[in-house]
Amino acid sequence: MRSAALRGRAWKLLETVTTPLLPSDYLDLVSPLRAGAELRGRIEAVHPETGDAATLVIRPGRGWRGHTAGQYVRIGVDVEGVRLWRAYSLTSPTDRRDGRVTITVKAIPGGKVSNHLVRRAQPGTLIRLDQATGEFVLPKPKPAKVLYLTAGSGITPVMGMLRDTEFDDVVMVHSAPRPQDVIFRNDLHDLVAEKKLRLTELHTATDGMLDIARLDELVPDWAERETWACGPAGLLDAAEAHWTEQGVQERLHTERFRPSVVVSGDGGEVTFRTTGKIVDADGATPLLDVGEEAGVLMPSGCRMGICYGCVTPLKAGAVRDLRTGEITEAEPGVLIQTCVSAAAGPCDIER
Amino acid sequence: MTAIDPTAHLSGEQIEELGRELDAIRDGVIAARGEKDAAYIRKVISAQRGLELASRGVLLFSAFPPAWLIGTAGLSVAKILENMEIGHNVLHGQWDWMRDPKIHSTTWDWDHVSPAEQWKHSHNELHHTYTNVIGKDNDLGYGIMRVDEDQKWHPLHLGQPLWNFLNACFFEYGIAAYDLELGNNLDKHRRKDPEFRARAKAVGRKIRKQVLKDYVVHPLLSGPSFLSTLAATFTANLVRNLWSHSVIMCGHFPEGVQVFERRSIERETRGQWYLRQMMGSANISGSKAMHFMTGNLSHQIEHHLFPDLPSNRYAEIAVKVRALFEKYELDYVTGPLPKQVFSAWHKVFRLSLPNKKSKVKTAAPERKLVVT
Repeated sequence: MRSAALRGRAWKLLETVTTPLLPSDYLDLVSPLRAGAELRGRIEAVHPETGDAATLVIRPGRGWRGHTAGQYVRIGVDVEGVRLWRAYSLTSPTDRRDGRVTITVKAIPGGKVSNHLVRRAQPGTLIRLDQATGEFVLPKPKPAKVLYLTAGSGITPVMGMLRDTEFDDVVMVHSAPRPQDVIFRNDLHDLVAEKKLRLTELHTATDGMLDIARLDELVPDWAERETWACGPAGLLDAAEAHWTEQGVQERLHTERFRPSVVVSGDGGEVTFRTTGKIVDADGATPLLDVGEEAGVLMPSGCRMGICYGCVTPLKAGAVRDLRTGEITEAEPGVLIQTCVSAAAGPCDIER
Repeated sequence: MTAIDPTAHLSGEQIEELGRELDAIRDGVIAARGEKDAAYIRKVISAQRGLELASRGVLLFSAFPPAWLIGTAGLSVAKILENMEIGHNVLHGQWDWMRDPKIHSTTWDWDHVSPAEQWKHSHNELHHTYTNVIGKDNDLGYGIMRVDEDQKWHPLHLGQPLWNFLNACFFEYGIAAYDLELGNNLDKHRRKDPEFRARAKAVGRKIRKQVLKDYVVHPLLSGPSFLSTLAATFTANLVRNLWSHSVIMCGHFPEGVQVFERRSIERETRGQWYLRQMMGSANISGSKAMHFMTGNLSHQIEHHLFPDLPSNRYAEIAVKVRALFEKYELDYVTGPLPKQVFSAWHKVFRLSLPNKKSKVKTAAPERKLVVT
């Protein structure tokens, strides 16, 4: 107790030395991964997995609290100078001796962050980290019989579990377009060779998409298995419907990487979250005007996009910059200038 | 106010065309903005912090004269960079696009006695929106000086060279008082206004912190060098204040810069707004190092056209902007620092004395940029 109080006081004193900055602003210059710093990680290596996927080895800062197999981590990466946040499943076992963690990223067409990480990320780069989170994890004790139903990069959280836990009876049905697109293919085949895993590998480019009705044939006892499914929405929707039909929906655990797709269009319904006002806005009226007309107390300034006196967090949806036409989508930490932004689809503003 | 409108030769259509060309310059920079720019500001911030830390370290031994000199020089430069190339520009939102909460106009605080919030209001919002509009833009003379022939002369103006000099020495306090609109708020009634009191309190807190740091804590840390460190910090603040005051005077006061009537900005179009920024600002010419040390406010014209574009881009923008000045036969007011400082001071002295009534007032209607 006393030493904590003393430390608190010493810190206060340090703050008077560094004001208006904080001592941490100086410490960050030399030791960004230290205990007590904002959580960061350093990319130490990038290993290609397939033509468009790579595994990043990350040394997390001292504040990292570890993870449970199957969880994901949100990372903040600077792409072309802009900090962007994305969530990726952790693919390393939880007890890696060097304390590093890995995420495995598949480059999606047009994906700013995924393409950057897979093709351009450099060892040595600092990134921002959140603590690991997610409910897509195994219960304790581990279930006797497990089914993993995965497709594409949906393999990543499952690989985290396979690497972390020894199962008695585990079956996996995994789909990818072609053999060379199967992420972790060698690791999976090693597990199969060691008889630790039974694997059905489907190649959708030649065999077509998995018909969920085929499960009876592929995994006859699927309904008895505790199942974790991860992959594109189509697969998960089909699985949820199938498990529900058979009355075993409590055995199915799913993970959706992108729960909602931002619809960007021209105008939309604007929600002012704090005041609870919801109004329809067109694609040409600045959100500042929309809010003021709806009686929301909006901060404002020059009303022409130069003073930044009106910036407001965008919590959901998308807005269009009326000067450049540029679309901004909601992400944590994204602020918009309401005087030059209009609704580009439904959006949610913190006012 | 000038009797002849230097933009009179432009038609309304030309002014709007000029606006579109300036928008295109802006769009070009926004499209090109990226990793290099982000790396630039991060590097400047780290270098500034390193320099400040090192200078403060050296000043722990400031009783030793060479240490005093080196430490004071380093701290002066560090404070100048902190206020100008970093603070001023970050608070303008120039780096908000990086989405780095640490380098963002909403979270930044600077080594200055004016709280960032208040400064953003009086500077970004009032000064940049109403640039050089008499009665709306208080940066014109900061409410304490007469800077235009048409402003009414008062015997108190005789002292304005002295006010200006004192303001230069204690510039950061002048700015804080100015952001508080102290002049307007001193009467009994307004002094009691809770909003004003809250803002005054915020300034008080900021002053306390700044003074405690510079004039108590750091000198105390120097132990036997207490007094010499105190003198060093005072000197560094003085140097910073004199320098930023000089640079800022050059932005809008030199001869050739236009001021505007309130009425002229009614129903102002985007093109007209741009034109007002062009005619109301002045640059300082010089080396790269000079631009850097002024926080690129030497590119005041470009800064006023595009206050939220990253400062490291002003130099390249300036070439294109200047070409537009030539194309539209407008006067690009620029000159080396000593010349511009002299010009601004000359105006301060000249206007401390009464002048003959301007012809504009009585003859033609006031110059205005409203296109009829």
